[in-house]
Amino acid sequence: MSEDKEILLEKVLELERAKDLHEDLAADNTARILNEKRRLSSPMSEEEARKKMTGRSRRGFLVGAAAALTGIFGWRWMSDETKQSLLRRTFEFNEKVAQVFYRPTRLSPEFPPEQISLPPRVNGFAGMSEGFDPASWTLSVGGLANRSDDLVLTLDQIKALPRTEMTTELKCVEGWTIIVSWAGVRFSDFAAAYLPKTIDGSLPDIVNHPENLVPYVSMVTPDQAYYVGWDMPSILHPQTLLAYEINGQPLPLEHGAPLRLASPTKYGIKQIKRIGRIEFTADRPKDYWAEQGYDWYSGH
Amino acid sequence: MEKQLEKKHPLAIRWLHWVNFPLLAMMIWSGLLIYWANAVYGIRIFGYELFHFFPPWFYEISKVDFWGYKIPDYLPAWSYEWSNIPFRLAEGISLHFFFMWLFAINGIIYVLYTIFSGEWRAIVPVPGSFKRAILVTLHDLHIVKKLPPQGKYNDAQRIAYTSVILMGAGSVITGLAIYKPLQLAWLASLMGGYEWARWMHFWLTIFFVLFFVVHVVQVIIAGWSNFRSMITGYDIVDADKPQIEHAEVKA
Repeated sequence: MSEDKEILLEKVLELERAKDLHEDLAADNTARILNEKRRLSSPMSEEEARKKMTGRSRRGFLVGAAAALTGIFGWRWMSDETKQSLLRRTFEFNEKVAQVFYRPTRLSPEFPPEQISLPPRVNGFAGMSEGFDPASWTLSVGGLANRSDDLVLTLDQIKALPRTEMTTELKCVEGWTIIVSWAGVRFSDFAAAYLPKTIDGSLPDIVNHPENLVPYVSMVTPDQAYYVGWDMPSILHPQTLLAYEINGQPLPLEHGAPLRLASPTKYGIKQIKRIGRIEFTADRPKDYWAEQGYDWYSGH
Repeated sequence: MEKQLEKKHPLAIRWLHWVNFPLLAMMIWSGLLIYWANAVYGIRIFGYELFHFFPPWFYEISKVDFWGYKIPDYLPAWSYEWSNIPFRLAEGISLHFFFMWLFAINGIIYVLYTIFSGEWRAIVPVPGSFKRAILVTLHDLHIVKKLPPQGKYNDAQRIAYTSVILMGAGSVITGLAIYKPLQLAWLASLMGGYEWARWMHFWLTIFFVLFFVVHVVQVIIAGWSNFRSMITGYDIVDADKPQIEHAEVKA
């Protein structure tokens, strides 16, 4: 009788197994459809399996803990100076990568006039000190080819250069954007009229050989409280303007009268208002926000 | 009963998975530092804001007192900063643009490894997966008793894991559009412009956090030996179960 029961039990188990096998092989098993394979060891006793697993666990958890602690304490042991220098060097590395892929022919999208954000948001007051009179303003330009002293220009002399208009998106490093219509002189037109010096003293050719020009431009407010540095390719981009109008009006004081930079090639922090002096230079110029830990390049 | 050791996760997958955890955490934390410079997003219906990122309680968490102890007493020091949001945009940007490389490289290696090792067979869903994923969900909610047949992962897992990889790719692509909106203007315009790319980048982050919460809960429910297999690579299985075609491994 008990033998019969055992045979019966065996039969039931066998049927169960067959059913399981059937289900594993069923057409509605994604693993089966994609031919996913299992990787199994040869069978062993439970004790042996447990022993092998314990060894693997010990190794796995020790290596994992060591890696985690190295990561956490490695980051913590790094001094603030080391961390800051690592992050600054990463910005510089990112800048080099960006310059490899940079093409001056790529343009920022322009927008129809009805999309202009009114009124334009005012932000940033460094360099905008009180008591400034735009009527008596002049622009100093240094680092020109053929002369060692500054050239002094009036607003009328700048307005005499070809006028360019654009309606582009101004992107603040904080994360907000506004659409603004600008009018002014392309910086590249300005540089064609007032030629920058070259690295080797040869004749400047900004159209065919911009790489011979000194690589940087420094711009400072009249009170020297705000200052930005630009790389030559970005400043010669066709959408970088020395702007004197915003949304069809002469620049008001809070937007940088009488002359400011406007360009979708970089964040707003680089688009200096109330420019007092421009200098073409071989040395990387200091930059107000880069000194506070922001990306010097900040290029789009 | 006879047992077998089953190799569940290759060494490369385990490392890539665990390395991704602190990298994604750093991307989210530095992303928050950036977001706090202009915290504008929320869930709005007909102009009414239901939820703002982030509501005051988010910052109040660190002030809640438990019999003289506050939550940050148990957490790393930076959690104190939630209660007093510092303006640390420059730090957020510099960290984000450092860890972005590691996050993207780790992700690319993971995808390439998955393709060339054949691990993709365990992860990607097929059209029928969606029906079976619903059955898995019903099973997890204790509504139906039986799980549909599966391989290493069930169909709900396949959909979740494939989605989170696509989300990672989405974060890199939307991130690139925000990072270089002029040089990659075509990419930004594919997303409807810079503002929409930024919005998508933010929402992908929220979904990463939601994935993380569900993932951790499921791992806890699945138990120790499942968690251990993500560290050691192996799990113990019954040997008398009928086996489909398999490859022999050394244990």
